[in-house]
Amino acid sequence: MSLLEVKNLRTYFNTDDGLVKAVDGISFQLERGETLGIVGESGSGKSVTNLSIIRLIPEPPGRIAGGEVLFNGEDILSLPAEAVRKIRGRRIAMIFQDPMTSLNPFMKISKQLMEMTELHLGHTKAQAYEHAIRMLETVGIPDARARANSYPHEFSGGMRQRVMIAMALSCEPELLIADEPTTALDVTIQAQILELIKTLKQKTGTSVILITHDLGVVAGMTDHVIVMYAGKIFEQARTKELFASPGNPYTKGLLRSVPDPTAEQGKLYQIPGLPPDVAHLKPGCPFADRCERAEEICRREFPPFVELTPDHHSLCHFANEVYVESVNAKRA
Amino acid sequence: MIEPEIKIGPEEAVAEDTHVDAGEFVRGTSLWRDAWRRLLKNKLAVFGLLVVVLVTIASIIGPLLIKKIFGFTPDYIPTENQQLVRSFPPFTGPNGEFSWTHPMGTDNAGRDQFARVLQGGQISLFVGIIATLVSLVIGVSYGAVAGYLGGRIDNLMMRIVDVLYSLPYIIVVIVLLAMFRSQTPRGQLTLLFIALGSVSWLTMARIVRGQVLSLKNQEFVMAARATGVSTTRIIFRHLVPNTLGPVIVYATLTIPQIMLTEAFLSFLGLGVQAPLASWGSLAADGVQNIAIFPWQLIFPGVTMALTLFSLNFLGDGLRDALDPQMRTT
Repeated sequence: MSLLEVKNLRTYFNTDDGLVKAVDGISFQLERGETLGIVGESGSGKSVTNLSIIRLIPEPPGRIAGGEVLFNGEDILSLPAEAVRKIRGRRIAMIFQDPMTSLNPFMKISKQLMEMTELHLGHTKAQAYEHAIRMLETVGIPDARARANSYPHEFSGGMRQRVMIAMALSCEPELLIADEPTTALDVTIQAQILELIKTLKQKTGTSVILITHDLGVVAGMTDHVIVMYAGKIFEQARTKELFASPGNPYTKGLLRSVPDPTAEQGKLYQIPGLPPDVAHLKPGCPFADRCERAEEICRREFPPFVELTPDHHSLCHFANEVYVESVNAKRA
Repeated sequence: MIEPEIKIGPEEAVAEDTHVDAGEFVRGTSLWRDAWRRLLKNKLAVFGLLVVVLVTIASIIGPLLIKKIFGFTPDYIPTENQQLVRSFPPFTGPNGEFSWTHPMGTDNAGRDQFARVLQGGQISLFVGIIATLVSLVIGVSYGAVAGYLGGRIDNLMMRIVDVLYSLPYIIVVIVLLAMFRSQTPRGQLTLLFIALGSVSWLTMARIVRGQVLSLKNQEFVMAARATGVSTTRIIFRHLVPNTLGPVIVYATLTIPQIMLTEAFLSFLGLGVQAPLASWGSLAADGVQNIAIFPWQLIFPGVTMALTLFSLNFLGDGLRDALDPQMRTT
């Protein structure tokens, strides 16, 4: 049994502008100890997907309209709220994007760490305190015992993200969801934080879902990748396969947009246009207006989810052609 | 159990903040300590704080000291002195000679004005503080719950506040006091507490709700929810402490406001009654004799004004200290 199995998840938001289908029928699996990357532009539904998994969608205006989230075979979406609360933090933990704002500015670091284990592991104050210090040491906070009594504003961004990781891992969750954990950090710290997540993941065997829009991060960290666009999965493959031979024009566009440090200075490639307004999607492929390959059928009919290999799927009318092209291009 | 040995290299860990001397920079300076430092720099606020502390201490131990030294209580009416005029001017004895016994003179019945002003301070401050505490407890919880839960519940709760708000609250207090008019002065005082407390929390609820509305969408609340913290705990452990700045400021400004209302009600004869005294009731007594015995009005009046000034200065100073971005200079 997979650790996590998401089946046809749909999360909608009622807005003044109409119904926004932020996540519309996505399915994926995550095995124990594996890392899954979810990439996509802003507003493609990456974060909403993960908030839906632990039922943190603000309701209203949001609502999970359908689907299943099987965690160890148990459907989280049909559990009572109290049971979900016991899973959060204990078995599924989350790291957020902006470490500057995701710690409570009025609580000491130690207090915030202690809250987790007191709540989930039934630690006494003293036990929780020792555990908090051990966790801070684990994530590489120097002089952890003295610093545990600081307030968040006394820590730098990288240190705060370490604290967030310590917090997320303090109950040894089975699944760690990292929502753009390095976006707000500068490049050298990014590398340290990613390395830390990687090391801890190997030691504890935690599965990780890594949300990011940085393809470099995905390449170095993940086993599988999902490319999301307009609330749909556009392509799904093993990481190596996806980078080597993408089967979707959108993925190709994304890969081409990554600046190449070895290239001559010149114009950077960018995918033309903007992501579509999810509240007013036209029939047909949501990427059609920006796609270099788009033909008449793309604007008329919604594309099929094509199986390229058992492990590689792509949502495109021309998935096979695109895939063959990229495989050939690699050989050449 | 995650073993501590999964440490990443210390040089890596320290690299990002080499500018910080780990040995020195370890004691937590909380936001409160910063605010306190800023408050001490504000001269008017420090003056206010000193006066408030002084008046409070004097009110509490003053009447006891007077009892010890001169041997009378604030409500002691001398029986041996049967002169027609018993209201002595300040520093004057029964025969017009200089005396330290009554530094503020006496009232119509011959009670020592100084002791009465101090005792009045006790009751005035007490009314102000208790009503403010009530407004803190009810207002903060009510506002925080409404703000955090949001949606229909928030709407309902705040419409109730709006309805209560739109009632002219002085009239509500007067009606309450008139309806349940108690026979004993202490009963009357209790009624006053209830009446003032029950209307004083409305603004507090609005302020806290507003704060919580802007705070609840911050990531740390989402992070707390993602760690499985219960709603009650999020409201009272995570959100309420973050609203404390404005709450403290507003509370300090509520105390003088309530004291003024109490004085007003006592002035109308609806509040504190003799032999108990508050600054308002003393002023009410004094105003009747203002032409002949001006000291009966001047002393309680000036004391009250000074205290209210000081509380307002303190409140303003606290606002500047707790919210440095708001500072106007």
